Amino acid sequence: MAVPAGSPQLSPGHPTPRGVAQARGLFDREILAQAALGAFKKLDPRLQVKNPVMFVVLVGTVVTFVEAVGHPGVFSWSITIWLFLTVVFANFAEAMAEGRGKAQAETLRRMRAETEARRLRPDGSEELVAAAALAKGDLVVCEAGDLIPSDGEITEGVASVDESAITGESAPVIRESGGDRSAVTGGTKVLSDRILVRITAERGQTFMDRMIGLVEGADRQKTPNEIALTILLAALTIVFLPVVVVLQPFGRYAGASVSVVVLVALLVCLIPTTIGALLSAIGIAGMDRLVQRNVLAMSGRAVEAAGDVQTLLLDKTGTITFGNRMASAFVPVGGRMEEDLAEAAQLASLADETPEGRSIVVLAKQRFSIRERDPGGRREFIPFSATTRMSGLDVDGRRIRKGAADAVCRWVTEQGGVVPAGLGQIVEQISRAGSTPLVVADGAEILGAIELKDVVKQGIRERFEQLRAVGIRTVMITGDNPLTAATIAQEAGVDDYLAEATPEAKMDLIRAEQEGGRLVAMSGDGTNDAPALAQADVGVAMNTGTTAAKEAGNMVDLDSNPTKLIDIVEVGKQLLITRGSLTTFSIANDVAKYFAIIPALFVTTYPQLNTLNIMKLHSPQSAVLSAVIFNALVIIALIPLALRGVRFRPASAPSILRRNVWIYGVGGVVVPFIFIKLIDLFLTAVRWY
Amino acid sequence: MGFFWTIVVLVILLGVSWRYLGSYMAAVYEGRVRYLWWVERPIYRVLGVDPEAEQSWQRYAGALVVFSGVAILVTYLLLRVQGLLPLDPQHLGAVSPALSWNTAVSFATNTNWQNYAGESTMSYLSQMVALAVQQFVSASVGIAVAVALVRGFARKSSPTVGNFWVDLVRGVLYILLPIAFSAGLVFVGQGAVQTLAGPVTTHNALTGAKQVIPRGPVGFMEAIKELGTNGGGFFNANGAHPFEDPTALTQFLSVFLVLAIPFSLTYTFGKMVGNRRQGVALAAAMVIIFGTWVGFTSYAESQPNPAVAAAHAVSQPQGNMVGKEVRFGPLSTSLYNVASTQTSTGSVSGANDSFTPMGGFGLLTGMMLGEVTPGGVGSGLYTILLFALVAVFLGGLMVGRTPEYLGKKIQAREVKLAALGVLVMPVTVLVLTAIAVSIHAGRAGPGNAGPHGFTEILYAFTSQANNNGSAFAGLNGNTAFYNVAGSIAMLLGRFAIIVPVLALAGVLAAKSVVPAGLGTFRTDTPLFTGLLVAVILIVGGLTFFPAVSLGPVVEALSHGRLF
Repeated sequence: MAVPAGSPQLSPGHPTPRGVAQARGLFDREILAQAALGAFKKLDPRLQVKNPVMFVVLVGTVVTFVEAVGHPGVFSWSITIWLFLTVVFANFAEAMAEGRGKAQAETLRRMRAETEARRLRPDGSEELVAAAALAKGDLVVCEAGDLIPSDGEITEGVASVDESAITGESAPVIRESGGDRSAVTGGTKVLSDRILVRITAERGQTFMDRMIGLVEGADRQKTPNEIALTILLAALTIVFLPVVVVLQPFGRYAGASVSVVVLVALLVCLIPTTIGALLSAIGIAGMDRLVQRNVLAMSGRAVEAAGDVQTLLLDKTGTITFGNRMASAFVPVGGRMEEDLAEAAQLASLADETPEGRSIVVLAKQRFSIRERDPGGRREFIPFSATTRMSGLDVDGRRIRKGAADAVCRWVTEQGGVVPAGLGQIVEQISRAGSTPLVVADGAEILGAIELKDVVKQGIRERFEQLRAVGIRTVMITGDNPLTAATIAQEAGVDDYLAEATPEAKMDLIRAEQEGGRLVAMSGDGTNDAPALAQADVGVAMNTGTTAAKEAGNMVDLDSNPTKLIDIVEVGKQLLITRGSLTTFSIANDVAKYFAIIPALFVTTYPQLNTLNIMKLHSPQSAVLSAVIFNALVIIALIPLALRGVRFRPASAPSILRRNVWIYGVGGVVVPFIFIKLIDLFLTAVRWY
Repeated sequence: MGFFWTIVVLVILLGVSWRYLGSYMAAVYEGRVRYLWWVERPIYRVLGVDPEAEQSWQRYAGALVVFSGVAILVTYLLLRVQGLLPLDPQHLGAVSPALSWNTAVSFATNTNWQNYAGESTMSYLSQMVALAVQQFVSASVGIAVAVALVRGFARKSSPTVGNFWVDLVRGVLYILLPIAFSAGLVFVGQGAVQTLAGPVTTHNALTGAKQVIPRGPVGFMEAIKELGTNGGGFFNANGAHPFEDPTALTQFLSVFLVLAIPFSLTYTFGKMVGNRRQGVALAAAMVIIFGTWVGFTSYAESQPNPAVAAAHAVSQPQGNMVGKEVRFGPLSTSLYNVASTQTSTGSVSGANDSFTPMGGFGLLTGMMLGEVTPGGVGSGLYTILLFALVAVFLGGLMVGRTPEYLGKKIQAREVKLAALGVLVMPVTVLVLTAIAVSIHAGRAGPGNAGPHGFTEILYAFTSQANNNGSAFAGLNGNTAFYNVAGSIAMLLGRFAIIVPVLALAGVLAAKSVVPAGLGTFRTDTPLFTGLLVAVILIVGGLTFFPAVSLGPVVEALSHGRLF
């Protein structure tokens, strides 16, 4: 399949980080330093109380601190310090996740220098005001070199605009009044021409402001699933409280004296500190991963919903096929040579700068090595017009035309030519295959037709197969007739299609899916997409789209690449998998901790309990301390995983589950046995005990 | 070899009842079976209930709590005034207030914890009208709650979960009465006594000794005792008494009756939610844990009793025969007692106290897992569904979807209610045990010192908070402290779980259903069964590990090895 050089290639799973998300290493030194500071700033109990698990650890630290002050000893101080570090590590994880966002926000702020705006007075004269003073509805003038002061809509004029501040894409885009390309964003730069912009955002509510807020996670709220998980973790914490507290009376009954420090240590080891410490970092990092793919999610809720999406509505054009049709074959008629047809078609397209025209030139070169050339002589290009529906070239008396079949036929008959008998059949065949026929005529003679094909993007079929494997149905939306739609749907491998789609039909489809209980994701850019974007559970608006579309959706794709939907779904799933896996890991860890601490707790009263000390830990103190140290260090060790997310491979639910149960469930039982033993060996080796 | 065939026949019979009793129960609660309508209708008229009117979960729970409250009061009063009532051939007189209260709560909560010896405390009227009636209705209440929860899963966007009064009446009329009556005939036929004629006095002509042998309406009470997973026997010796459990056949029948309804309810569940494999997944989890525990306990009991071995008194070729009926031996007794502790029955055919430490560990931990394998009538199903929700929550997240079970999204409210339901029991057990070992009244209870005494207390509260009712023995429970503390354990273990379960039923019923797809975490697969077993074991293990370490484990280890 011919794909012209320079066309956007689909690279599944490998988004190029750029723009807002200037790729930063996971452990950027600047972020690390900031996070280390943040870890201590977050010790404020008012912040800590929001995380019930870590709050219990903080209270426990205070208790052991008091004990350590009252009865100083290496053991109680060691425990106190490590409990304190557990809290600090948890804060550090959160600060790390936030730090990455903050660094990005800082870059944005620097770009959004305080701008001056040229506001139009009602009488038509201009005045200079600060961008901050602009109100919704004001009219401003922007000329080449100006920064657009705020979000707005072009009411007059056309301009090329550099939007790299937002998208990172350095190629300028065209913005013009009217239609779907009239929205401009504050902070972007006009490169040419002059436009009048009506401000559509209130101060502090601009896209840039919202973007900064989002990447900073300033107004981050817990998502529904995060709340549910927090409840489960809180319940576990609450139940471990009596489990540990009753050991005091149980021990007394057995004639053992149980130290408060050890009980606190046991409690902290049992409650799910690992996931408790990393939970918010996982959520922030999930949003951050979207930002790195140049997608801004307006809420964490939307990211979570993305993981649940069961139906994906994809626009055909731009998502499944390249936006433009491409020449794929020359079909001569009436005994003509194919090469002659190609030659004429190429001549007729030389001046045609549309992608279709370029693709004809490219195909002619590929098939018959017909080079681009200067036709020479006296020549006149005939541009395409809506009335003639043809374009072509007059050169040295040759009049070559290409265009819609009926238009070219009429043109030929007007000149006294005859339409060859086979043409009708050829045209119909091409149409039936979902392609568009262009008929080529040289003077009064029809040479044949060019097949312009809607080219399905490479790799998209495999992508849909992966989606099917994870249980997501893809529906192609197109304005084409059902025949064409069916052909392309089959070629691309989508599960279903909606042909001759109107905004109403789209809306009905979304409603029908939702009534069946399915979550729907879609992307769109036009104002007429806005209702559907609002109705969909995950609505991704293209950044090139209208303000209405951007406001209706709950995500904005800065690259305006509709294929992103698939990435977004993956990020959502990855977020949930990471939460579930780390929770399982955290709970599974408790088994080993019990085997470390329970024998240590009662071995003086019941020496036979040393049988349960299956790790053969050196002494009761070293056993407890090793468990506490492991509990703290595992948080640090898992920060990269929390920030990066558990690897998501498209597969069916059972195989994903089996894999994660093995790694995080069984692994979660085994790993702490090994590391607690190693820490114990280390503590013994350095003669801490 | 005999034990092997016992198991084979038991498995076959349970398989048959799982299929047919299960589908029959679904038909009963879906209102498709109506042959006793002529009995039902007058009952509803007397109760003033419109059988067609469904209730919201709040009204359902309200009716249930009111009914149980009245049941406790009526039972309490009957026991207090039994001396004034007929059918008291032994002239036993009123039961003390604390004991009456404990017993009333015990039978109304399907626990059947008995701080008394039946033959020397309760009149025939009390046994029949106060206690046996509760054995029917408390069992029916349990099943009703389970069915309400199942409706929650089965229904879409429904404001109601059923009608408590209808479920209660139908459970008794269509399920418990017919089966208990048939089984009662077998018990009586095998020699379980059934008479109102009072005790007999025998004279031994040779020694001149006089012996009073208590009798009573035992046989039919025995049937509902087992069928309703009640466990409260007529005699103090319970299933070890030859008048209650006269032959090997009745021993076998008892085990079957105990397991029949709880296991079959998983089929009912699958049928009502429209996917039988869902029920198979739950049943499989029950079988795995139950089978493992039977094997473990039987193995422990087939080992010599360590204390006897230490005394070099006798050789023990049959294993631990201490406290066992010679008729049954260690294996059959282990099966009976494991079945009784993993349901909410609590009847015993041998003394738990005399099991080896690890055998006792098997019985104790069977209850600590929450009595879900298969658990009590109804309570087993609704409790395992709570564990299933937790398993689904973790499993669902691990496949990258917000979790759903049977198409119902599991969100904050569901997690809150499920966690509450799962965690009430361990917290109740641990806190009450801690109080008991800390205060004088509590420390006075156990008959043994050290870890064994600790196990006796721990066992008592575990049994009561699980509404099991089996006693480890060796604990003097008929004191003000144990009567009251025990009743608190029983009430919390029953209603502090039932109310969240019904709330869950209501919340789930109101939800719409998400259709299953390839990306859905499937709950009708071996993988889910494995995850469910793991969650049950982990929750039980994490909550009770320290307590069990200080009881049976330490005791076993003091003999130098576990078995």
